[in-house]
Amino acid sequence: MLRIDREILDAIVAHARRDHPDEACGVVAGPAGSDTPTRLIPMENAERSPTFYRFDSMEQLRVWRELDERDEEPIVIYHSHTATEARPSRTDINLASEPGAHYLLVSTRDPEVTEVRSFRIVDGTVTEEPVEVLGAPDGTAVQSYKFGHTPTMVDYECRA
Amino acid sequence: MSVDVRIPTILRSYTGGEKTVTGTGDTLADLLADLDTRHPGLRARLVTEEGALHRFVNVYINDEDVRFLGALEAKLSPGDTVTILPAVAGG
Repeated sequence: MLRIDREILDAIVAHARRDHPDEACGVVAGPAGSDTPTRLIPMENAERSPTFYRFDSMEQLRVWRELDERDEEPIVIYHSHTATEARPSRTDINLASEPGAHYLLVSTRDPEVTEVRSFRIVDGTVTEEPVEVLGAPDGTAVQSYKFGHTPTMVDYECRA
Repeated sequence: MSVDVRIPTILRSYTGGEKTVTGTGDTLADLLADLDTRHPGLRARLVTEEGALHRFVNVYINDEDVRFLGALEAKLSPGDTVTILPAVAGG
């Protein structure tokens, strides 16, 4: 299960919408071992591509060093799919290199509805997990999110 | 000469869980060959069968990406720090 603040999730979705039709990517860091994502770090997609993403190598070095210094780790690694569903592609699975992270996918293929789904990717095995959004909707939500898991597990869904 | 090498989480199975290991070599290629004698299998995760650096592994000497320093032929000096990070990438 991924538990994430609504404010952070909203900012991730805004990033994905802003970079559409290119894929957006980034990290949410948190204290090592906490499984709690607290600090959003939007990253440059060095590929600037609608079908691929890659963190800029120099930016990644800077950010990863900072995580080390702050005793943080990448709790969430997120990226968007701009024409397909929010599910890891073959490439995503082959290149996944953080077995401890939640891989959050956002699909921006539908301009009205944003799909948000979270996965663990360990040794080529993908496991979807529920997303629990923390922080009550304030009544002025501008985004609608569609989660991938079963309806009984939907913790948050809000129409504009 | 001795160089510190920072190992990412996903490769620490080759270093007995160690975050930093030490190796020697005049070039990155020499260093990886030296590391492989004590941490067998590590080199194969970084270098392809054709002998090039894997496309989705980032290796840095101090603050520089080795792709701009000659890749495996990049020269090392005593006291350098080598950092290995798997690229975060996908489709």
